[in-house]
Amino acid sequence: MMLERFALRSRGLLAGVAMSALLAVPAFAVTPADTLVEGFAFDDIISMDPGEAFELSTAEVTGNTYDLLVRLDLSDTSEVKGDLAESWSISDDGLTYTFKLKPGMKFASGNPITAADVAYSFERAIKLDKSPAFIINQFGISGDNVTEKAKAVDDTTFQFIVDKAYAPSFVLNCLSATVASVVDSKLVKEHVAAVTPSADYKWDNDFGNAWLKTGYAGSGPYKLREWRANEAVVLERNDNYNGEKAKLARVIYRFMKESSAQRLALEAGDIDVARNLEPNDLDAIAKNADLATTSAPKGTVYYISLNQKNPNLAKPEVRQAFKYLIDYDAMASTILKGIGEIHQSFLPKGDLGAIDDNPFKLDVAKAKELLAKAGLADGFKVTMDVRSKQPETGMAESIQQTLGQAGIKLEIIPGDGKQTLTKYRARNHDIYIGNWGQDYFDPNSNAQTFASNPDNSDSAKIKTLAWRNAWDIPDLTKETEAALLEKDSAKRADMYKGLQKKILDTSPFVIIHQQLEVAGLRKNLKDFKLGPSFDTNFVWPVSKE
Amino acid sequence: MSVAENQAAAGRGGARAVAILSSIGRFLVIAVTTYLGLLAVTFFIGRVIPIDPVLAVLGDRAPTAVVERTRREMGLDLPLIEQFYIYVKNALSGDFGTSVLTTNPVMSDIRRVFPATIELATLGTIIGAVIGVPLGVLAAVRRGSLIDQIVRIIGLIGYSVPIFWLGLLGLVLFYAKLQWVAFPARLDVVYEYTFTPITGFYLLDAAMQGQWDVFYDAYRHIILPASLLGYFALAYISRMTRSFMLNEMAQEYIVAARAKGLSETRIIWGHALRNAAVPMVTVIALSYASLLEGSVLTETVFSWPGIGLYITNSLQNADMNAVLGGTIIIGSVFIAINLLSDLLYRLLDPRTKPG
Repeated sequence: MMLERFALRSRGLLAGVAMSALLAVPAFAVTPADTLVEGFAFDDIISMDPGEAFELSTAEVTGNTYDLLVRLDLSDTSEVKGDLAESWSISDDGLTYTFKLKPGMKFASGNPITAADVAYSFERAIKLDKSPAFIINQFGISGDNVTEKAKAVDDTTFQFIVDKAYAPSFVLNCLSATVASVVDSKLVKEHVAAVTPSADYKWDNDFGNAWLKTGYAGSGPYKLREWRANEAVVLERNDNYNGEKAKLARVIYRFMKESSAQRLALEAGDIDVARNLEPNDLDAIAKNADLATTSAPKGTVYYISLNQKNPNLAKPEVRQAFKYLIDYDAMASTILKGIGEIHQSFLPKGDLGAIDDNPFKLDVAKAKELLAKAGLADGFKVTMDVRSKQPETGMAESIQQTLGQAGIKLEIIPGDGKQTLTKYRARNHDIYIGNWGQDYFDPNSNAQTFASNPDNSDSAKIKTLAWRNAWDIPDLTKETEAALLEKDSAKRADMYKGLQKKILDTSPFVIIHQQLEVAGLRKNLKDFKLGPSFDTNFVWPVSKE
Repeated sequence: MSVAENQAAAGRGGARAVAILSSIGRFLVIAVTTYLGLLAVTFFIGRVIPIDPVLAVLGDRAPTAVVERTRREMGLDLPLIEQFYIYVKNALSGDFGTSVLTTNPVMSDIRRVFPATIELATLGTIIGAVIGVPLGVLAAVRRGSLIDQIVRIIGLIGYSVPIFWLGLLGLVLFYAKLQWVAFPARLDVVYEYTFTPITGFYLLDAAMQGQWDVFYDAYRHIILPASLLGYFALAYISRMTRSFMLNEMAQEYIVAARAKGLSETRIIWGHALRNAAVPMVTVIALSYASLLEGSVLTETVFSWPGIGLYITNSLQNADMNAVLGGTIIIGSVFIAINLLSDLLYRLLDPRTKPG
């Protein structure tokens, strides 16, 4: 299909032409009054099992369909509040966390919620050992000891025992991650499949993993009715929910890949919310009287990083110079307009201890001075791996232009996302442009990857972003570890402020902006809000007028 | 008929059967070789691309230990040739592995998405043939006239305008502006709950269950993308019909028919078209096969969950099992349609007619 291949290349331009051909669009269709319909490109979903899922779209579904012991407090995201847990206490040695569950709660299935369900949820997450399991096993919990470290004392009391006296804020923040979602153990046990134990997997059953990939065993405000890959995710109100019931009877996420198609469907009233809008479509929606837009900063930062294996990039002056060679303001007002906010430190806004100083501005003279000091007054040649999508491509082109002003010749190597990432993970790049979303809502998540590198050898076990750029930082690694054990939250926050300043000054990371998630919605929607993380994009408060 | 004549007729029939059988045999050999070649090429392309398949399964955020374990689980630590052997062995028994993206076996995914594409492509081809053939005939008969020019322009546009653009324009006009057709999907939201497909061909399923409101809704969803595909098929089919018809009209038997005083209508539709129909079968079959390959862009624009969208999505997520499985299935369908059209060609060709 030659035609199609051609069109693929030129479709952005053509889409624009087609859109401007006919502007005013009357709205006729309406979605059912008790149903929220969202247009959403959720092609990243690979499993609905909360013990396995680690994708952004799944996080939203899990956040709306499962309950946790504790949940992020949306009024102050550096704190958590009880969800299934009514209260909790921490032993004096800082090792034992005891949670008391609220009484009389039920799962969507009607089964009672007990501490045994909580314990089983931890056991299966640890024993399955999928991508997000590290969020819990970093507390010294393994398949061999999980039944003692995470156990039910009685029906409403659950105990969680960690291996070091960590900062309580760290432990609680990790327990608010989706991997700690509580599953209905009675229901899941009806669906376990037998497994032959092997060296890699020591257990004789799959803890319901195969079934839960598409199944549901939770207690959240909505229950998952079905997920059909690339078609729809359907949620239905859970009438057994133990808190305030969801306003609408169901939520349907319709798979729609294209920003322009989402915009058309929103304008025509066939969907209530459009979730993947590009800046030009967002602009048009903002101008439409029937529609509104909303946005929220997310825990994802965009950065470029300089591989320290490249001798030019390893010079401290060169690292500094790069920070002066980015035109932050120009990017903010063009390619990032509405989808990103300039943010230069590694902790996203909303994290405990996050600072919002943006000391760097485009300053070519200063950068030239620094390059001269490094003995590179005439500049040098270097490559950058860029995935062929926005905003990365636009950012790379802007950077190429500003680097050129200081004599640095940047060659852009375009590639598919997985391809550039494979190269980056093998440390074979010069410069990489990418983004990093925090794994759980705690400053340690980003600190660990940007500011620690326990072993810089090629065969290292832990491969942080600092490792990927061969940045050897034993002192900062120790500081990051120390911040984990600081019990006083205010002091802990100060430690992260210090770390962020050092990374700003010396690191091979040039952090540029923090992602804004945007949505276009119909005006008749009430209380539709995007949260500070993907698992807090709650749909249960939404109603229609 | 005498005994001798009877025997002669039977002999001709037998010879024809042998000819058809031997051509099927030859075709099967070609099909199997092509199929194995397809397996080898797709497998090795899938393995040499500089993408780590473990990344597709786990994403960028998985810890190193999990990455290493998954690599072993996927058999990626084995030598390439051994991986290929296992792959071919499984593929021959219809097992293309599990899709990372949907977590289902690739075969069951394809069974789910392929009907959507077949439904769209079939309707598109019908539209293309039903309109394209008469247009081509008209253009040939009135060669050089205004109608010939119009058909030429319609064909040219069909050849040269990107389908993505036309699709979007169609959506803006017929969906957003006029509301004649429904929005990009297979069914409206309300039917998500009331309708259970059986075969996966929604029009057929709805008709079988007597759910005429669903049928109408499915029709409102499919008609625009099917017309678009139909238009592209039409462009090709009408041009080819025209040239086949011109070829037939120049034959002597047409002159003879005219001399016998047959009506022009009878000559054109009864004689010339009937002979032109033989090569037309191949043309229509090929255009059907190319629509079946999954019109990636049409399916993207219309959020049509068919095989084109499935493979593109898999490709973007480096879900190689799904890409390889999908490619092989499409390859097989292509081979099968070629075989079928070859057989049809033989059946329709008057020169191979018995007696």
